[in-house]
Amino acid sequence: MKVKYFAWVRERVGKAEETIEPPSTVRTVEELIAWLSSQSEAYAYAFEKPKVIRAAIDHAHVKSDAAIAGAREIAFFPPMTGG
Amino acid sequence: MTSPVASCPVAIRIQEDDFDIAREIAVLTRSRTDIGAVVSFSGICRADDDSAKVAALTLEHYPGMAEEEIRRHADEAISRWPLNGVTVIHRVGRFMPGDNIVLVLTASQHRQAAFQAAEFLMDYLKTNAPFWKKEESATGTGWVEAQARDDEAAARWTKY
Repeated sequence: MKVKYFAWVRERVGKAEETIEPPSTVRTVEELIAWLSSQSEAYAYAFEKPKVIRAAIDHAHVKSDAAIAGAREIAFFPPMTGG
Repeated sequence: MTSPVASCPVAIRIQEDDFDIAREIAVLTRSRTDIGAVVSFSGICRADDDSAKVAALTLEHYPGMAEEEIRRHADEAISRWPLNGVTVIHRVGRFMPGDNIVLVLTASQHRQAAFQAAEFLMDYLKTNAPFWKKEESATGTGWVEAQARDDEAAARWTKY
């Protein structure tokens, strides 16, 4: 699946997007954040406060317990500050 | 021949270029005699923030989702108020104090629906549309933090 990062999450991860293949035991957004955080210090830093992180699956906001099965694109970003 | 239910064109644009409010209102109301009220909200880059003077602001967005999210809120506004037209323009890029950032236009037969829908759209845009601001000031550069008051403003539109 494709993963995108925005704002300071992007800066901390060090890339805007990538394709990842998490193990099948990773089923929810929350579990994906935990799995990514275990992969490197950059991810751990980006996701150090997981409750602050917002997520979207295929362009729609989702909660942290949302299932990631079948997702084409998952995005992680800080709370939004547009307008 | 006009349909019995007033049509409500929706225009959503995310662009680097500036917008012309008068022109956008003219486009929205062109050839229509059913519109009695147009409310316009513009958000402008402000120099004075809570702490330091802002020198510049950079707006980043999530292409694709930003348009879709604004569209969802425009559709929601249309289902809640009798609207005859909605225009939302959000700029991205780097801005200086005084620059336009966002424009929301709502058109209706009467002012109440237009006022309320414009406020609803702005409240949701601030908390739900994927845009992020980075500020440059004399004290450094940093991402703008989301404000609890914006969440509270959006929450008051929640249906019970």
